[in-house]
Formats: sequence, structure tokens, C-alpha cells
Amino acid sequence: MSKGVAITGMGIISAIGNNVAENYQSLILGKKGISRVSKIKTNHVNDIMVGEIDFTNEALEQQLGLTSDNNYSRTALLGAVAAKQAIQDAGITDINAYKTGLISATSVGGMDMTERYYYDYLEDKSTQKYIEGHHAGDSTQKIAEQLGIEKSLVTTISTACSSAANSIMLGARLIKSGQLDRVIVGGTDCLSKFTINGFKTLMILSDTYSTPFDENRKGLNLGEAAAFLVLESDKVVQAENKKVLAYVKGYGNANDAYHQTASSENGDGATLAMQKALDIAGYNPEDIDYVNAHGTATGNNDLSEGRAIIRVFGENVPDFSSTKAYTGHTLAAAGAIEAVYSILALQNNIIYPNLNFKTQMKEFNITPQLELKEKPLQSVMSNSFGFGGNCSTVIFSKEQ
Amino acid sequence: MKNVYINSIASISAQKTLDNTSFLDAIEDYETNVLPVINPNYKEYIPPAAARRMAKGIKMGVVASKIAIQESGLDNVDAIITGTGMGCVRDSEKFVSAIIDNDEQYLTPTSFIQSTHNTVGGQIALELQCKGYNFTYVHASTSFESTLIDAKLQLELDEEKNILIGGVDELGEHTTEIQKLVHLVKAEAVKTSEVLDSKTKGAVFGEGANFFVLSNEKQATTYAEVVAIKTYNTLAETEVLQEAIHFLNASNLNIEDVDVLILGNNGDVDFDAFYTTLAEGFKNTQQASYKHLCGEFNTASSFGFWLASKVLKTQTLPEVVKTNNTDTTSFKTILLYNQYRGENHSFTLLKQC
Repeated sequence: MSKGVAITGMGIISAIGNNVAENYQSLILGKKGISRVSKIKTNHVNDIMVGEIDFTNEALEQQLGLTSDNNYSRTALLGAVAAKQAIQDAGITDINAYKTGLISATSVGGMDMTERYYYDYLEDKSTQKYIEGHHAGDSTQKIAEQLGIEKSLVTTISTACSSAANSIMLGARLIKSGQLDRVIVGGTDCLSKFTINGFKTLMILSDTYSTPFDENRKGLNLGEAAAFLVLESDKVVQAENKKVLAYVKGYGNANDAYHQTASSENGDGATLAMQKALDIAGYNPEDIDYVNAHGTATGNNDLSEGRAIIRVFGENVPDFSSTKAYTGHTLAAAGAIEAVYSILALQNNIIYPNLNFKTQMKEFNITPQLELKEKPLQSVMSNSFGFGGNCSTVIFSKEQ
Repeated sequence: MKNVYINSIASISAQKTLDNTSFLDAIEDYETNVLPVINPNYKEYIPPAAARRMAKGIKMGVVASKIAIQESGLDNVDAIITGTGMGCVRDSEKFVSAIIDNDEQYLTPTSFIQSTHNTVGGQIALELQCKGYNFTYVHASTSFESTLIDAKLQLELDEEKNILIGGVDELGEHTTEIQKLVHLVKAEAVKTSEVLDSKTKGAVFGEGANFFVLSNEKQATTYAEVVAIKTYNTLAETEVLQEAIHFLNASNLNIEDVDVLILGNNGDVDFDAFYTTLAEGFKNTQQASYKHLCGEFNTASSFGFWLASKVLKTQTLPEVVKTNNTDTTSFKTILLYNQYRGENHSFTLLKQC
């Protein structure tokens, strides 16, 4: 069994930057990427704010060198861009030199094309190339092809908004058990009318900038993004003399078993996920220096998560903040986006401010970190919770 | 490392598979290109008010999980891992068409919630009040095999004792309609007995739910041991036989050690060559196929896994699945191979206990 699960590369594209460096600059400058939606025609344009990526599909296709007859959904395009960055960052030139797998996460999948051509498919032959791309595994197959991964373990996880955290978890377990030497893990989701209207019917979209952990929070901003990490075994790190960015130290997944969409009042699932992650890491709560919270800014999540954090950490809740006010809630990709941010926090000994916060929540007295803070960080915890009661926590650390 | 056992099974399919005491005794003979399941009496398992709100995929998943857990003799499981290619696709269709037809107005959340891929896994957790690990894999024809890889990893390392896994997919009208346009679904109705030799484009599409309790402890109900499982995102037709041999060798087995080869061929003239190429390498081995019985869907291979489990426990191989005739009467080792349209291949190796 491999002892450590090293992170040796990362890639990201989000509303606050097209690569890791741009994302970090936005984070430390407090620059959010939230605006009115421009690339999707929706009646709700004036009722919602989103975290949209500037590039059009055509621009992304060009970056990837795809010909015009391709059938990539925007989910696949964003995923391929981020995954390629991760491979490059890890200095990988021969992807098949080691047993390499890919685990991606998505909830939207090819829905952007399905909703665009839903009835056109029946009439217009030129649109039919997208029919086979509807299922969620399609974007992952395409990313694998872009990376040159062949004859290997390639799979897709879809557990709503905790999906990417779960792909990191599975990747870490496959390396620890020795089944794979290297796993590319992450997630990708594009904006779609489907998710805009879905969250709208649940009445959890804010009509203005989202305000995580604020007493007067009005709901979330949706976002689109993709991010991937390269996980490598000790064997690869030693053989290739790899620079390690951080380690995946702990992980936990639990189910709230409370409601299909809402979190339990006291955050049972969230508490269990954090405790399991601490157990796997062999850490006590005081070993965590910063919590990158799920913090969607819905009434339900922030209360439930806040209470769970207090249950796990007691009187000594570490610095915590949600970065969703920067990027929007990027659904299945969120766990990977925030993994990149957690690793950047470790590398730079920086805690990001929880933007847009004004009023303390009355149910408890913990307050998110409001200013950019420099502090030596050893370990960071990242939370991701989703529909279906799915609760996930990953711990990143400087130590093996 | 601990061994991994299949301690119970449950299948909802186009055949009478709900009752675990029978084994494909009477075959439903269809003539169709779309093959829905024989619905259980859902009310026996789910309160009618709740059942009315549930998507078909959820109902199938909940019922199959209840049957599997009951047969295992457990009250609950440590973890729930589901696989689905398309999720509750009828709710996805409902929500998309409502967005378009009503110009984004008058929408209700139910179909949006149920279109989330992990809705079946989440609902089963709710029913069981199972707060354990809960994952959902959505990777086309290896969605179910991904659940198997994950569960096996945890059971071998003794991280969990009993894990519910399952594959579930439902047919959706619009999806089937557009899949006909691109020849994924056969244009013509085909008799069940003739599907595998139909030699036309596409497959007869189906749906179903096949659930299993895997455990690292053998018990009286145990069907088989899961020896190995491997998936491949790509594999050329010319490589399939060689990979099968590598895969067997990794478990210290050879072609001669396989008593039954169970193939996922579906009668699609463009892609059945993957299976025939492999079958040629196993000329002297008893061979079987099953997709004429359950139809093709992303998690149809979970029906193959059900079939293999039954064969190993009952030591019988129903005539209706045999595709050649050897004099094999003792079934100790079964190799399964599946792929869909040349992608997402898998080998699964099961052994008699």
C-alpha cells in the first residue's frame, strides 16, 4: 500500500480565471466573477446572477484544436481544458508510462446540447451528432481521449454537488490500494437552462451577489467551471523526482438520510463526513488550520453546515470561509475547484475572505474569515455537500 | 486482503426475475425494439402515496434493494453504491420539455430533483436510514462495473462489511425516439429468440434494476465470490482476446479454467464483432448471452452479473441463454465480458463458493 497520495499538478477554468495563476490572483484581490448570464437565453436573466466563463464554445474548441464536426458539450470542453492544464502542470509527457486512470465528476453532462436541440433532433440531421453525448460519461470519455489515456480505468461520479470531492476520494483510494499509480481526478459542469430553472423552482437562487454565512442570505449564484488534480503514488513521485504540491490526507463520505434536497437541521451527514475524514487522516480537529466550507449561501446549507462545523470543532472552530461568492456554485465541479483553492491556500499560507458578508447569523456565533489573512497553514479541510443527502469532506495537507 | 462474496441478488427485468426461487423457467417472448420491465407490484414494497411521486427508476431501485437486503438477512448495509447510465431519464425529459414548451414558466421541482443521477442512491439511503458511504457512478456501459470496483476495494480492505450495489436505468420515450434516429435502437421489431442473430444496426433497448449485497463474509445465502473486475475506456477488437487472457492470468487462471463465458452481445451488426472475436478464442468453452432477454441499456451488464450469480449457485445454465453446446455440467468459474459500441469494456470473474 502506498502511504501518501501526492498532488503533483492542477488545472482550473472558472468565472474568476482561465488557469491556476489567474484564479489565485482573483482570490487574493477579492475579485468575484459574478454577473448577469450572457451565453444562455433565459427569461430569468434579470432575476439571477451567475459565474460564467468568458470563452465561447467556439473559442474553447479552438484552444483544443477540435474540428467543426466535433460533438463536445460545453461540459466536455471545459473539462478537457482544465485536465490538460493539470497534466502539463505535473510535467507529464507520457501519460501511459504509469498505470493512469481518470475519474471525472459531472451533474449537467451534455444537458446544454440536449436542451438546445431537444426537438430539433427530430427534424435537423446536423444536430443529431449530439444525441450520443447526452449521458454523463460522455464528457469523461472525451477528456480521456484528449489526455491520451487508453485501456484504463475511466469513470464518472455524479452525486450532485459533492461529485468532484468524491472523485478525489476514489482516486486517493485507488492509489493507496496500489490499483493505479496515477489518477487524474476532478469535475466539470457548464451552465444550462436546466440547472437555472431547476434551482429556480427550488427557490434557492439569489437575485443578487450571494452572501455565504450571512444572516440575510438569499440563496446561491450558479456557476460553471472545471478543475482537475493529478494524484500520484509515492513510487511515481520518487521515480520521477516530482515536486509535490500537497497531499490528499483524509476523506470521508456520508449520507444525511434526511431529505432528497435539504440538509438536516443539525448537519448529521456533514458531521459524519468531517469526522470520517479526520479519522482517515489520523488528525484531531485542532490539526485543521482552515476550512474551505461548502457555504452555498442558501438558508438551509449554511445553517446546517455551520452547526456541523461546531459539532466537529467545538469551541475551537478554525478559520473558515466559502469561496462560492467568487465563482458561484459550480455544482459537480465545486469540490475540485475548491480543492485547487485549498491547495493554493496551503502553498501560499493564505486564507481567502468570505465575500459579501455583512450580518452575523443569529443561530450561532461563528463568523467566517472576512479579510485576506496570512497564516502558516499545515492542513486544510474542504467540504462539499449535495442533493440526495450526499456529504463529502477532503483534507489536504503539506505532510505526507 | 479479504474475499468478496455476493450474498444476495434482486432483479427487475423484462423477464420474470423478481422471485429468487425461480430461474428463467418460463421466458417472456417479445417482438419489439423497446423492452420495458415486468413491473413488480410496487405497492407491496412502497406506500402508494410515496410511490406515486417516485420516478420509475427510483421505484425499481428501491424494490430491488429491499429484496436484496431481505435475502441477505441484514437490516441495513454499511454503504450504498449505485450505477446508472442515464438516471431517471423520464424526469429529465419532463423537465426539459416543460422548460421549452412553457417558456421557463410553471415549472415544479419534482422532476428536476429526480433527474439528479444520485436520486436512486439517495432515496434508498432515505428508506433504509443508511448514513454510510453513498456513491453513484454514471459512466455508460461501465457504470455498474464501477460500483463493483469501488465495493470490492472497500470490502477487501475490510473498511466495510456489507455493501449494497446495483445498476438501474429506465426507458424514456423521447430519448428512445431520438436514439432510433441515429440507429442506436433498432428500426424494426425483433423476436426475443432472434435478437442475437438479427444482424441489423442498433439494439433492442431495455431497462431494469439489478441489485446485490456484497460482503466480505460468506454465509448460507452466498451465490458466488467476486474474484476480479477490470474496466477499459478503450480496447481494440484485435486486443480483446489478449486482454481476456491477461485478465485471467492475473488471477492465475487460463482459458481452460473458464466454465462459462457470458457475453453482452446485443445483435448490433456494427459492434458484435468484439464478442465474436473473443468467443473464437473460447471455442471449447460453454458460452451464454442475455441481452435478448433484458434488452440493452447502460447497466444491462448488471443483469449478466445476476445471471452468473444464479448459474453458480444453482449449477444450472438455462437453455435460453446458451449460444453453443458443450457438455459442461459443473460451473465453477464464470468470465463476463461487456462493451457498448466499442467503448467502455469490462471483464468480471466470478467463482463458485
